[in-house]
Amino acid sequence: MAIAAKFEIEYLQYLDAEGKPVREDLPEFTRDLDYMVELYKLMFSTRVFDAKSIALQRTGKLGTYASCLGHEAAHVGIGSSMRPEDVFAPSYREYGAQLYRGVRPRDVYMYWGGDERGNDYPNEPARHDFAWAVPIGTQCLHAAGAALAFRIRGEKRVAVCSIGDGGSSKGDFMGAINMAGARNLPLVAAIVNNQWAISVPRKYQTGAKTLAQKGLAAGLHCIQVDGNDIIAVKKAMGDAIERARNGEGGSVVELVTYRLGDHTTADDARRYRGKEEVEDAWTKDPMKRFRTWLEAQGAWNQEKEDAWHHECDEWMDNEVNTYLETGAQPIEAMFDYTFAEVPADLEKQREYALSLEQGGH
Amino acid sequence: MAQITLIEAVTQALAWEMAHDDSVVVLGEDVGVNGGVFRATQGLCEKFGELRVLDTPLDELTIAGVTVGLAAQGMKPIAEAQFEGFIYPMMEHIVCHAARMRNRTRGRLTCPAVFRAPWGGGIHAPEHHSEANEHLFTNVPGLRVVLPSSPARAYGLLLAAIRDPDPVVFFEPKRIYRQYKEEVPDDGEALPLDVCFVLRDGSDVTLVTWGAQVKECLEAADQLAAEGVSAEVIDVATLTPLDFDTIAESVTKTGRCVIVHEAPKTAGFGAEIAARVAEECLYSLLAPVERVTGYDIHTPLYRLETKQLPNTARVVSAVKRAMAAS
Repeated sequence: MAIAAKFEIEYLQYLDAEGKPVREDLPEFTRDLDYMVELYKLMFSTRVFDAKSIALQRTGKLGTYASCLGHEAAHVGIGSSMRPEDVFAPSYREYGAQLYRGVRPRDVYMYWGGDERGNDYPNEPARHDFAWAVPIGTQCLHAAGAALAFRIRGEKRVAVCSIGDGGSSKGDFMGAINMAGARNLPLVAAIVNNQWAISVPRKYQTGAKTLAQKGLAAGLHCIQVDGNDIIAVKKAMGDAIERARNGEGGSVVELVTYRLGDHTTADDARRYRGKEEVEDAWTKDPMKRFRTWLEAQGAWNQEKEDAWHHECDEWMDNEVNTYLETGAQPIEAMFDYTFAEVPADLEKQREYALSLEQGGH
Repeated sequence: MAQITLIEAVTQALAWEMAHDDSVVVLGEDVGVNGGVFRATQGLCEKFGELRVLDTPLDELTIAGVTVGLAAQGMKPIAEAQFEGFIYPMMEHIVCHAARMRNRTRGRLTCPAVFRAPWGGGIHAPEHHSEANEHLFTNVPGLRVVLPSSPARAYGLLLAAIRDPDPVVFFEPKRIYRQYKEEVPDDGEALPLDVCFVLRDGSDVTLVTWGAQVKECLEAADQLAAEGVSAEVIDVATLTPLDFDTIAESVTKTGRCVIVHEAPKTAGFGAEIAARVAEECLYSLLAPVERVTGYDIHTPLYRLETKQLPNTARVVSAVKRAMAAS
């Protein structure tokens, strides 16, 4: 039998669910324990942030919110593998990556709290990142466009998009990786496979054995990773990003994780998935295994965790207060960002809306 | 000075702007070595290289999404949809991202992109190659919809569209791509967007139109003049944001308004203009507003295609009805 081409997908894991190394060749960066602690602290604060967001929504202080519970290793792993000059194009729950890149919790609260200013990230490097994309998968093509811009300008920068298992079914995702393969663009597509696209399980998205292998058809490097293992995520994402930066091709990195919470606060996951499944997923929690490993290295303990928890609570309370104290935008803000300058025809509607505010009719 | 066609004016504008602004890039299907199926990008790939005149994979969704990404990250991309009938997969990126990038990021990111497409019927083309669908875009906030109607306006308006800091859908009436030549100085001078062009002064009736129908209306005005009817002809050019003031001024003067477009009648952009005339010019009207448009049908395959398109005779008839009303 003649074989036209042969492929295989590597699976990468360093820490098992108990936090024990499953292989001895831990990546170089794990020796910097201070940095590893920083990563853990950001994963931890992301979880505190998430819990705070849900509490805000439940008490009527925030609109619909998409939780990131369980994705902390995947998200922080993505964000921390990028360089400041790279560009991130997220979907709508990758807060861990965004916090790493300078998005503030108050920005996230503002957005889900119904205010476009939440997308106006003031801090670099997030300032040049895309805002979260709500239509599924569209951000992948925007990242491909950013990657093409880097290629045209000869800049050594990489565009990273993140997408869910459901989103990997979209033409936008396929188009983006296809374009990256065809033109050797510095694009890394991270599929955060959390097993559920609202109520539809991973198995109904595709008959493919892995989501990573979708990248094979596009001619990209592909790998499947334990997305709850921050070390594996960082290693795979870091390699993929630097490879892309060096002109050696884009990648599809599948991060296998689990959505421990509902899709959004408007969802009730109990309608479509069993308790046992969720209980089992909790045993693979990304926080627990990383903490166990850090403790085994002597880099973390309960006292440090309590202190950091306290700091996170204060940080989030401050962010929440700032958000709640920020008044709504003036009426004219609805009009003023439609175009660079308000066209004459729209100006008439703007003036009318303003006159209504001033008691006109 | 060279006499050039409308399609050559498109090429001339693209070449000028690419030569003067490194951030301008062209992307689409067959735009590279082949120079585009209508030759709009002829010679550009040789001049500016295959990264700035980029043949994309055959996927309109990809073209549109990549265009948005380029534009948000410092480039000025000009995307080509090979025909207006293939633009539908691009709409999600045009509507959900290009048009609202500035708004949803409070101006942090913008989308200075142009989406070009050969547009309209009348060239005996196959199915999906002959549509008038500009009205599907005129209802989208944050988007400019521009239709040139002559080589000079194609050149000047395309330059303006590329330089505009916001996204523009630029529909090129393919029926008049090579219909006639005129002198178009290659001087990089843009024409203003957001204004209508009064192409012919008149006192009895205002013909409001755009695209290939501009020529039909100018011919109708000639015929009507021979019969003693003075028609003013307005090329809307930028449909949105609409320069209604120019139309209102004319209709207030003439008292009659005939709107001419290829697209289906119901909820076509003529409906917006008629509504605005009713709102702002009703007491100046001497006759009901007339609309000469495509029917509310799918564009027929080419044996019957001319029956769908408005023509000079239908325009003249509509004007005569308006004249007879008072």
